[in-house]
Amino acid sequence: MSDVLVQSPVEKKPLLGKKERKLITDPLSDNNPVTIQVLGICSALAVTTQMKPTMVMALSVTAVVALSNLVISLMRNAIPPRIRIIVQLTVVSVLVILVDQILKAYMYDISKQLSVFVGLIITNCIVMGRLEAYAMGNKPFPSLLDGLGNGFGYGAVILTVAFFRELLGSGKLFGFKVIPDALYEAGYVNNGLMMIPAGALFVVACYIWVQRSFAKHLEEKE
Amino acid sequence: MSTLFLAADLVSVFVRSVFIDNMIFAYFLGMCSYLAVSKNVKTALGLGVAVVFVLTITVPLNWLLLNKVLKEGALAWISPSLAKVDLSFLAFIMFIATIASMTQLVEMLVEKLSPELYGALGIFLPLIAVNCSILGGSLFMQERDYEFAEATVFGLGSGVGWMIAIVAIAAIRMRLRYSNVPAPLRGLGITFIITGLMGIAFMSFLGITL
Repeated sequence: MSDVLVQSPVEKKPLLGKKERKLITDPLSDNNPVTIQVLGICSALAVTTQMKPTMVMALSVTAVVALSNLVISLMRNAIPPRIRIIVQLTVVSVLVILVDQILKAYMYDISKQLSVFVGLIITNCIVMGRLEAYAMGNKPFPSLLDGLGNGFGYGAVILTVAFFRELLGSGKLFGFKVIPDALYEAGYVNNGLMMIPAGALFVVACYIWVQRSFAKHLEEKE
Repeated sequence: MSTLFLAADLVSVFVRSVFIDNMIFAYFLGMCSYLAVSKNVKTALGLGVAVVFVLTITVPLNWLLLNKVLKEGALAWISPSLAKVDLSFLAFIMFIATIASMTQLVEMLVEKLSPELYGALGIFLPLIAVNCSILGGSLFMQERDYEFAEATVFGLGSGVGWMIAIVAIAAIRMRLRYSNVPAPLRGLGITFIITGLMGIAFMSFLGITL
């Protein structure tokens, strides 16, 4: 009985303690990979014309970031620092090849729609950035959580962008019409700007604007 | 006659890749370094030249790799028994390996030839390896089934297009320092908006038939 009482709190640490929860929630707001760390913009903008491919993209990136973080963290003491980028790229490309083959096998249409952007997950700066900044110096479990958190943070931004682009650009969500026909008859028109590449940039700019007006400490000083 | 036709085709690929299918404005590739290194025209130009160089080398190299080694039946030149081997699922990993080694080469060259530029580019030179526009160039080459000459010109053109974009935004951002931008938009936000406006300007090239 008594030795249960004197057990140190370290050993009884819950699976998801305060620190671990922070690893997941931080990238959603104050340390968002897209809007604050400015990583992974490339694919964030290109795939966001519709919700469905965006969702698939968000899940693929989350899987790749989390798993590559885990693998690199397990290998971190065996990687010679001089060639670490090549090792990281190899691990990431193997994971991306797996994702690409799975998408081609089960979701061929969406995989065609995403075209080169699945392959471009390899060079998505979020993946490399997290490997360099976190997985190379931390234990496997926190690295996995960090990867999941950053994947979710990325997903949150691209899903928001896709929501506005699809809603305003084609009046649909996930391919279903949401804006009633009556509105179109009354003279409402879809906003073509949202469908062109430039539209994505404006939506992200607005996202950053709103986020930074609420969180003043994130503003840049020039 | 046919050489003339070929030349016209190459010019059209070049113009398309520089203006119409611009890496930044149409596909947002290479945005990370585009946003991070565009505070100063001189550094932006240096990175732009490095990207042009790496793209012009890697796209044709990867074309050779794809068409002589990886594609279904591409290995038939070694022995007929290999004619059915399809290694194209290995494309990603082979492309990135070529790119990483080429980047290493460029880094060594720049360090030797221009230590000043090397200092200015700093961390971004090795990061060209993970610049999306480089891998993107090779993947578009694969998707669009270019011929060898077309692939080379496409690599060059995409690089030049990327360089134009980053030099232009760097020049605008230098001027922007003197204007009164709303505080939450400063830095990242306003750069996105300007890039969007430039993208709309580049869309006017869409009407050109080649």
